[in-house]
Order: sequence, then structure tokens, then C-alpha cells
Amino acid sequence: MTAARDTVMRRIRDALGPAPEGPDAVPREYRQADGPVDFDPVERFAEVVADYDATVHRVAAADLEDALGRCCRERGATRIAVPPGLPWRVAGVETVADDPPLGARDLDAIDGVLTGCAVAIAQTGTIVLDGAGTSGRRALTLVPDLHLCVVRTDQVLPAVPDAVAAVAPAVREGRPITFVSGPSATADIELNRVQGVHGPRTLDVFLVEG
Amino acid sequence: MSAPGTARPFPEAAREALRDSQLRRNVGKATTTIRAKRAAAVAELPDWEALRAAGSAIKARTMATLPEQLERLEASVARAGGTVHWARDGAEANAIVAGIAKANGADEVIKVKSLATDEIDLNDALEREGIHAIETDLAELINQLAGDWSSHILVPAIHRNRAEIRRLFERTIAQGRELSDEPEALTEAARVHLREKFLSVPVAVSGANFGVAETGTIAVFESEGNGRMCITLPRVLVTVMGIEKVVPEWRDIEVFAQLLPRSSTAERMNPYTSFWTGVRPGDGPEEFHLVLLDNGRTDVLSDEVGRQALHCIRCSACLNVCPVYSRTGGQAYGSIYPGPIGAILTPQLRGLDQAPTLPWASSLCGACYEACPVRIDIPTVLVHLRGRVVREVEGKGRGEKAVMQAVARVFGSRRRYETAQKLARLGRGPLGVLGGGAPGVGAWAQARDLPEIPAQSFREWWAARERGESERGDGRGGSGDGPQAAAGSDLGRAT
Repeated sequence: MTAARDTVMRRIRDALGPAPEGPDAVPREYRQADGPVDFDPVERFAEVVADYDATVHRVAAADLEDALGRCCRERGATRIAVPPGLPWRVAGVETVADDPPLGARDLDAIDGVLTGCAVAIAQTGTIVLDGAGTSGRRALTLVPDLHLCVVRTDQVLPAVPDAVAAVAPAVREGRPITFVSGPSATADIELNRVQGVHGPRTLDVFLVEG
Repeated sequence: MSAPGTARPFPEAAREALRDSQLRRNVGKATTTIRAKRAAAVAELPDWEALRAAGSAIKARTMATLPEQLERLEASVARAGGTVHWARDGAEANAIVAGIAKANGADEVIKVKSLATDEIDLNDALEREGIHAIETDLAELINQLAGDWSSHILVPAIHRNRAEIRRLFERTIAQGRELSDEPEALTEAARVHLREKFLSVPVAVSGANFGVAETGTIAVFESEGNGRMCITLPRVLVTVMGIEKVVPEWRDIEVFAQLLPRSSTAERMNPYTSFWTGVRPGDGPEEFHLVLLDNGRTDVLSDEVGRQALHCIRCSACLNVCPVYSRTGGQAYGSIYPGPIGAILTPQLRGLDQAPTLPWASSLCGACYEACPVRIDIPTVLVHLRGRVVREVEGKGRGEKAVMQAVARVFGSRRRYETAQKLARLGRGPLGVLGGGAPGVGAWAQARDLPEIPAQSFREWWAARERGESERGDGRGGSGDGPQAAAGSDLGRAT
């Protein structure tokens, strides 16, 4: 165990020699966090998410709960899981709080899950979950076949570097981060994109103004 | 399922692959499709070249400071409640994984597609210990059921079409049921088959796309959600990671999370990317083990030109643009790392004598270098490795080296060169031997034409002219073309 570690480390040092060459600094000429962009993040986010075959619902804050309820009825979902303390109610649908934590088989038997998110990325149509608050535990947004996700417009950041910077404190706290870009998919059979292998096969994104 | 230990020579395997017209159609269609999509995805980012430059520099800097980065990673993972193991080779890594599975009473483990574990034949090793490894990636599942091994880094079942997959599923996971040819139906069959495994198997094994030294965070990029299942639901998670996969800072993810998806699946972002840090109470596995694997990587690192092969982020863009790969497919490369990157990585990982033909599996067109998101100069490494193969492998006691040394000696002196020209006319000496095909240089001479040795060299013609003799020289079988022909073959005249 330590012998293996010592051997590998010695091999690396021998391979590199006394003065290994490498660049002194990383050139970061690309667009970094907070850099300028030439698009409207919210509009772009809505377009790109829709490109992934997710459904984007643009709603006013006051209409959110009705919209959630309508969507659940359309999807045939009568019982959905929610992270504890989620601020939204869903009209006409039974919500099951993940407290105490639901077992994987409970989640497998439930119709769907409703969460918020930490931030979202416009350029890539990505929802970023950070394992706390309205994002919930990882299993919540994984096992059920339907994921309803609420994204406030002020959570939408332009590009990947903005989101990586935004969740850095959560990462340093040891929280898991999940990037979700559209529903689960595969292109393994003749490169035809097929929606829904193991993760939620249906993703509904509620983009709430304000 | 796994790649053969020592591969057949590439030319032989490639000839066989080229005769399989179904394979050529499948691979040709797939690579053409991905190539066009990738170009569009890359064109969308105005700062693509700057991202490539950053990605390349991060990797080069990481390699130069690798001991420090691995120590940081080890400390960060331990601080976050994970256990770090070190493996000098595949056998050690396999034993570590088997030990963890046994300690948890598992006779089955679920796996998310991982090249590192394919490289070390983990599945076979576990099977010998009575532990069955279940591949959960759709393509890997197809290959596992068919007893194939991967033909593409990213789309491992690229060589199978839907009709073949349907027949395979009806024989195996969907026995007694009739499926349709539709990819949706085939995917559904896999979903149903694997769901029960995800919910019940206690140990999972994954690879890693990146490991962040600063925070101890491991990243897995995937599409299907099987990766999320494996790293979230089981009680124990074991990740096997090559030592070259470490990156220094969390911030570096902002570069690779842009480069990787667009280069590999030609998507703005792959459906799911998971980052986890050690153990998180109440969320995911209760035990996390990270196995840091050498298995030849330090040998690659010791070659100053070849070490950039370790910068590879396994996107497979170089496969899709390669004129050789897009005709032979991946299996001809005899390694789980096919295509241009495989041609430089496999011989270095396994030893040049184990895959001496791979550096020649390329036309050196340079498309791979242009496509590589971390700017690995594959053509330069290929040429470098060709030199090493000749010097270190083929040079040993082979005719080619002896002849080349003799030729070098001849070209080194005017007197020796002129003597050799005279001898060559008689079909003797080093130049005559090259032209005529000496023992040991058969293949070399087959592909190259030495200009015909003229009856009279330019210098001889000039000397004769000065002496007032005729242009036709001594008349012994002259070509009649006179000085032009003679000058054309006078390779060594710049003295």
C-alpha cells in the first residue's frame, strides 16, 4: 500500500527529472466568469434547453403553482417528491417531502420530483444542482422518471465559467454538484439520440420571471 | 469483452477489418455524422482556440508538477472522508477493487463505462474472484452481452447496427420477448434490465474524467444517467483513476467542461455531469475509495516528446477525423485506446515492443492535431515513436539497421560515395543492395524507389569532358540521356 505509493511517486520523479519543463502560468484568454457576452442569458437558456427536448414553461411568479399543477396533470403525476422546505406548493398534487429521506425504492415508485436549482447556464442549457436547499439530495432528481425544475431568471448565468465560480464555495464545503442538460439520453445505437435511459425521461423547466 | 493483451500487427488486423463491409459502413456513417456535428458545436464558441490553449497549458503544468498535485489530491480526498489507494499496475488495482467488493460481501458490482478499468481487464479479474461486474452503459452492455470489446472510445458499439442489437437482446436480457428494431425499444429493454441492479447492488465501480487536487472532487461526464446511478445509489463506490487525470484547481473545470462535451459528443453539454467530494453524509455512498493507477503511465511520462499523450481527455475527436480510423474501425488497433491517440498511447503504455506497428497506423495528415481539444501534437509524437521503434525494437539485429548504417557511412564521404556508385552499377555495395532489395530491408525497399543507377555520374561525365572524351563515357551500357540523367541521380553532389 505505502510501497505502491512510494514506487509510483519515485517513478514519477525519475520520469520528470530534476527540472521538469512546463508553462509557468495558464493563459486564460478565454471568456472568464463575469466576462461580457453578446446574448441575452435568459432568452438563450430557454432556447438551448428546448433544443435538448426538455419543455420550457415561462411563467410569472404568481402563476407558478398553477403551472406546476397543470404540468403534473398533463404528465399523469399525482404524487411527487420534494426536497424538505421547498417553498412552492403544487395545486392538486400530493407532495412527499424527502424528510426523513425517501428510500431508492420509494423514489422508484413515485411519479416525479419537483426541485429548484443552485444556478443555471445559458450557453449550455444546464441546470446546476448543489445537493442542498431546493436542489435536494442527488437521488431525488435521479430515480423518478419525471423532473420538474424551477429556475428563477436571476439564477441564469451566461456561461460555464460563471457557474463554476458560483458553486465553488459549495464544492469546497464538500457538497456534490450535478450538471443536468436536458433529459437522460443515449446515442449508442447507430447514433440516434434516444431520450431517457436511466435518469428522468421527462424534464420540465419552469423559468420564473423576476 | 476486454482487449487482447498483445495485439496482432496493425496492418494484418486492418486488412481483416477492411474486408468487413458492414463494419466499414457503420463506422463510416458514424464518424461522418459526428465530424459534421462537432464542427458546428465548436464553431459556436468564439473563444474555442483560447480554451484549447488553456486546456493544453493546464495539462502540461499538471504533468510538470505531478507529484505535488497527486499529494494534494490524496490529502483532499482523505479530508473529505474518502480512502486513497495506489496501484503500480493493473493487477494491483484489480486486487484492491476485488478486496473492497469482498469486504462488502458483494458477488456483483455495477460499473459505469471506464477506459481505465477496461485497460486493466478489471471485469475478468473480478470474475476470477467470483464477482460479476455488470456494465451499465448501453454500449458497454451491448459489448458485454456480445462478448465484443470496444471499437470506439465514446460509442463503443459503433460497429453494431440496430438489427444486430435487437437479436442480441432477444437472446439475452429480453429473453422470450419480441423487440422492435427501434432504438427506443432497445433502450427501454436495457432500462428495465438494469433498474433492479441499480436499486440493489451494494458496490459500484467508476472511472474518472478529472480529479481536482485542490478540493478532492472527482468528475464523471456521461449521458444516460447510469453514471449517476452508480455513484449515488450503492453503499460503496470505488473509482479507478489514472494518475494523469488530476487537475490542480476546481477552476480548471471551467475549461474542460467546455472542451470535452463539444469535442466528444458534439453537444453544448452532455446530459449529466457529476462532481463529488469524498463522502457526503445522507447523500450518496457511505464509503468512497479512490484507486490511483500507474500501469505504464510513468513510462509515458519519461519520454519528453511522448508524454503529451497523457494530456488526453478521452473525447475521441481524433478518431472521428482520422482517415485511417474511419475505414478500419477501432478493433484493428488491438487496444481499448484506438485511433490516432491509441497509436501514440498504446505503444508507450504497453512498451514499444508490444505494439511496434501502431505508430505507422497513420497518414500523418494532421487532422487529429487540429481536432484535439488539448492540442496534443499527435503527428510529431507518431514520427518520434517511429524513430524509437526503429532504434529500440527493429534495430536490434535486423538487416535494415545494418544497411542504413552502411548507407550513412557511404553518404558521409565523397570518396566512399563515388566508390559505392561504381559498385552499384554492378549491383553490389550498399546502394546496389538497397535498389535490389537486401535481406531485411524487403518492406522498406518495396515502398520506395531508388533512382536507377546511371552508367555515368555527373562528376564522371564532367571529368571525362575536361579530358576531351565523348559524352557517352566508356560506352558500357550508357542510357543515352547524358548528363541530365546522371545529375538527377547524383544524390550526394553537394560536397
